[in-house]
Amino acid sequence: MSQSYNRGLIEDFGRWKEFQAGMWAWIFHKFTGWILVGYLFTHIAVLSTATTGAETYTQTLQGLESIFVVRILEIGLLATAVFHILNGTRLLLVDLGIGLGSQDRSFYASLVLTGAIVVASVPTFLAGLGGGA
Amino acid sequence: MSTQVPEQEGEAESSADAETDASVESPQEQRMAKKATDRAYRDAQKKAQEEIAAAEEAVRMKVFRYDPEVEGKQEPRFDEFHVPFEKGMTVLDALMYARDHYDPSLTFRHSCRQAVCGSDAMFVNGQQRLCCKTQMSDLEWPVRVEPLPHQDVVKDLVVDMQHFYDQMHSVEPYFQGENAPDGEEQKQTRENREKIKMSTRCIWCGACMSSCNIAAGDNEYLGPAAINKAYRFYMDEREDEAELEEHRLRILEQEHGVWRCQTQFSCTEVCPKDIPLTEHIQELKREAVKSNLKFW
Repeated sequence: MSQSYNRGLIEDFGRWKEFQAGMWAWIFHKFTGWILVGYLFTHIAVLSTATTGAETYTQTLQGLESIFVVRILEIGLLATAVFHILNGTRLLLVDLGIGLGSQDRSFYASLVLTGAIVVASVPTFLAGLGGGA
Repeated sequence: MSTQVPEQEGEAESSADAETDASVESPQEQRMAKKATDRAYRDAQKKAQEEIAAAEEAVRMKVFRYDPEVEGKQEPRFDEFHVPFEKGMTVLDALMYARDHYDPSLTFRHSCRQAVCGSDAMFVNGQQRLCCKTQMSDLEWPVRVEPLPHQDVVKDLVVDMQHFYDQMHSVEPYFQGENAPDGEEQKQTRENREKIKMSTRCIWCGACMSSCNIAAGDNEYLGPAAINKAYRFYMDEREDEAELEEHRLRILEQEHGVWRCQTQFSCTEVCPKDIPLTEHIQELKREAVKSNLKFW
């Protein structure tokens, strides 16, 4: 062969409109997984303030909880965790040979369930913001 | 099709016009006005039908072109072809028409034209498909035809399949052992035949391998087609020696074997023979786990 043309992986991203359910599930699972890994470091950083003293820890947490953006991020974190858990369960079932034929529907169900749980959690996460109870 | 003929509305409009005109015009003028309205309606209907016919007559195709041996064609591009549409036309038919009537240098693989040889797998409208099996009428026009992704393009729609064949051969896709069929009839139970039936349908088209992102990122990954081929022999009761089974499992459970599958289901979705590839891979994963489980 004289020469050939390698289109490279970059073309894959240009085809996102053509992705099927299984592919989206894979992408979301990877994405949410990395977010959770990233969050763990933040979580450890916040917890480590407890080593300085109980007061510092309380002040740090209260300070964070009073910020609106942090509350929104917490909702996002819940969405990430819930989807990752549900899709992980879906993948476990698929590995066991259960629900292979309805893998796309189970992915959509994971999304819907995640959405429902997140919406239901909003009042809890935003409670007490701005000096209220 | 956007060119719908509004029959009822046209008639209603013409009669409404006639009624309005009746109050101010003579019967002659009324008839003339009605005729003019009818003529306009007929013209609109004819024009709409012509538009429908014109739209159905020619399929617009955007075809990937690349020729490393011709200067000026080394930069990949898309060429557009307008192919007369016929009922039952496949993508392969259209490509052949374009090659025979417009550009003899248009290069693509094909052979049996009945979804058996697997040589004309291409990337049509964003999905790996067999061109001889894909009806033009089932696709959105203009039809975009590209070579299989994740494989080097040799020329136009022809990709280098060597790596795919290497992976297929790496799982030793043939009967082995003392009981291997040697020109003699060897019986198999119906149940076992049913179990491996789908896996035997593979036509080595490479569509599954092309659709798999893991295979694209890991050149050593066996890929869905090769694993399916291994499944076909691993599950076949005629190759029933324990050592051989272990040997096959060892090939499959290697680092770049079944465990690299991340259940994207892309392979299963594009397989032109509807082989449940992901299902087979998962089953082999379970077999690998079972063979390694030791309770002591």
